[in-house]
Amino acid sequence: MDVLARHNVTVHGPSDGRPLLFAHGFGCDQNMWRYVTPAFTDEYRVVLFDHVGAGPVDPAAYDVERHATLQGYAQDVVEICDALDLHDVVLVGHSVSAMIGVLAQAARPDRIGALVLVGPSPRYIDDDDYVGGFSEADIFELLGSLESNYLGWSSAIAPVIMGNDDRPELGQELTASFCRTDPDIAKRFARVTFLSDNRADLADVSVPTLVLQCRDDVIAPIEVGRYVHETIPGSVLTVLDATGHCPNLSAPEETAAAIADFLRSVPARS
Amino acid sequence: MSGPPTSRRDLVPPVSEDDAEELYQNAPCGYLSVTPTGTIVNVNDTFLRWTGWERDDLVGRRRFAELLSPGGRLYHETHYMPLLQMQGQVREIALEVMVPDGSRLPVLVNAVLERDEVEAARVIRIVVFDATERRAYERELLRAKERAEDSERRARSLARTLQRTLLPPSTPSIPGLEFAAAFRPAGEGAEVGGDFYDAFQVAADDWVVVLGDVCGKGVEAAIVTALARHTIRAVVVGMHAPSQALSALNEVLLRQDGYRYCTLAMARLQRRPDGTWHATLGSGGHPAPLLSHPGEDAVPVGGVGPLVGVLDAVEFVDREIDLRTGDVLTLFTDGVTEARRNRELYGEDRLRRCIQRHSESAAAVVDAVLADVVAFQGDNLRDDVAIVSLRLLPT
Repeated sequence: MDVLARHNVTVHGPSDGRPLLFAHGFGCDQNMWRYVTPAFTDEYRVVLFDHVGAGPVDPAAYDVERHATLQGYAQDVVEICDALDLHDVVLVGHSVSAMIGVLAQAARPDRIGALVLVGPSPRYIDDDDYVGGFSEADIFELLGSLESNYLGWSSAIAPVIMGNDDRPELGQELTASFCRTDPDIAKRFARVTFLSDNRADLADVSVPTLVLQCRDDVIAPIEVGRYVHETIPGSVLTVLDATGHCPNLSAPEETAAAIADFLRSVPARS
Repeated sequence: MSGPPTSRRDLVPPVSEDDAEELYQNAPCGYLSVTPTGTIVNVNDTFLRWTGWERDDLVGRRRFAELLSPGGRLYHETHYMPLLQMQGQVREIALEVMVPDGSRLPVLVNAVLERDEVEAARVIRIVVFDATERRAYERELLRAKERAEDSERRARSLARTLQRTLLPPSTPSIPGLEFAAAFRPAGEGAEVGGDFYDAFQVAADDWVVVLGDVCGKGVEAAIVTALARHTIRAVVVGMHAPSQALSALNEVLLRQDGYRYCTLAMARLQRRPDGTWHATLGSGGHPAPLLSHPGEDAVPVGGVGPLVGVLDAVEFVDREIDLRTGDVLTLFTDGVTEARRNRELYGEDRLRRCIQRHSESAAAVVDAVLADVVAFQGDNLRDDVAIVSLRLLPT
């Protein structure tokens, strides 16, 4: 399947603008960015996509083996960059996509020129001195709550999810599929998201990096944000006044302003 | 305008002035109001009664997410809040509220996000329903679904195992002949089919190749398939002609319980001392095998004959042929010729042409026919397909 169709890739803004690639996290889809992207479409080439298994993307694109690790998702990101021939990309990754961005950057430093990590966590489960915020039992409980919340998910919904060929703006039909995923894929994605340990990968980051941390985030606590900032050489840490794990939805202006500040400070490669 | 009290009015129960407040506090569901950042600003008595929390522990002090189990908190952040912020409401979210005594209350939650006139988030109103019994029931449903999926997996694996026992474990090797065979079950192979083939040695330079189709599918058909296969193996030892073996099988099938019959094509292949091969063909209601030779048309050899296991005292006939070097004899089930694409039948003509094109080797014939039949039906076989092909090698 065509990479751009596989990921429901949408491109906005001037074609000669610096590419700004937004990657959504676990749970929902590219619409997570809809309040943030308008701040950038005048100046930047804004690229949005859905991870396989999210949004209106055909669940058949999900590959059990490839997507059993975050590397597989990073490979998807690289393929999107290749397909659009993007250079000097600023990759904005939310939640698990922050780590997917880290892996993609390490794989293709020629394509990815800067990283914005929103609510990143290299490991959710506590480990000796490292505080991730969760125990292994907590994560398995999440898998259980996914199961009970998808109880009402029936095969009747699947055609709605797959049927958005003409990619409408966020209308009724898209809101109906927002945050809805095939339960089996959601469970697998949750597993790879919350059981991964990417602490060792942070040192591989070789480009200017902004860590955007919410003041109060139960999923990625501030200690974790600091850890990421301290481990990535030369990174910048900005603590947002926003609370929760999704500042892109709860505080889009503040989030966009912090990203814009950072973009001004990282000159494009010549 | 107010009129005098009527007697009718006396029937209306007294409405106290604090009714709305009382409804809020004692409604048959929990109510919470929280700020857009999640801090609880109001909670009703029902919620406190159900959970055992004190109002002072919650109002202004805790966020709603903090009351949830850890898994629920993750769900709250990754699904509930994004949905609420994007759609303004969420419905029937299954969560668990942590209760001060350490236990958990399974709940179903509906919430709406109220915005002010400039679209800024103002307050989130939450309704909480006790879902203890429903959750227990749902868990039963989930377990039942898992059990059903498990047993389907087991049934499929059993069908595959059973199917394997009905076919030779490996391709038989017959000196002087090239032997090739293929079997593909109908659909996804969830059910054991009725097609089978076999090839075995009776004596020196004396072989039997058989291919058959038992009516029906499933375990019942598999039992008859096994019976037919083993009966043929047992009886041919003392009987030279396929027609005799088919008669014996006919009696065996008539005596078994149930009404399963089968069709069967059989070839007894014998090499003479001078190295030439002779074949005796018998058929019980089965499509006649096709004989082909590079550069020549494929032709049916042998008759169809009566079905096996339907009527008493039927006569089977034998057909004798001499095989030349390079001859290819192909046996097949009706899953090949009766394959359909919409109203179009695969048919014997198409099969003959396919065999002719590939008669340089038995393996090529079997591979080509299987691929052609599968492609003809768009990858979804309606019936089992079995094909056996033999080619006489140069001496």
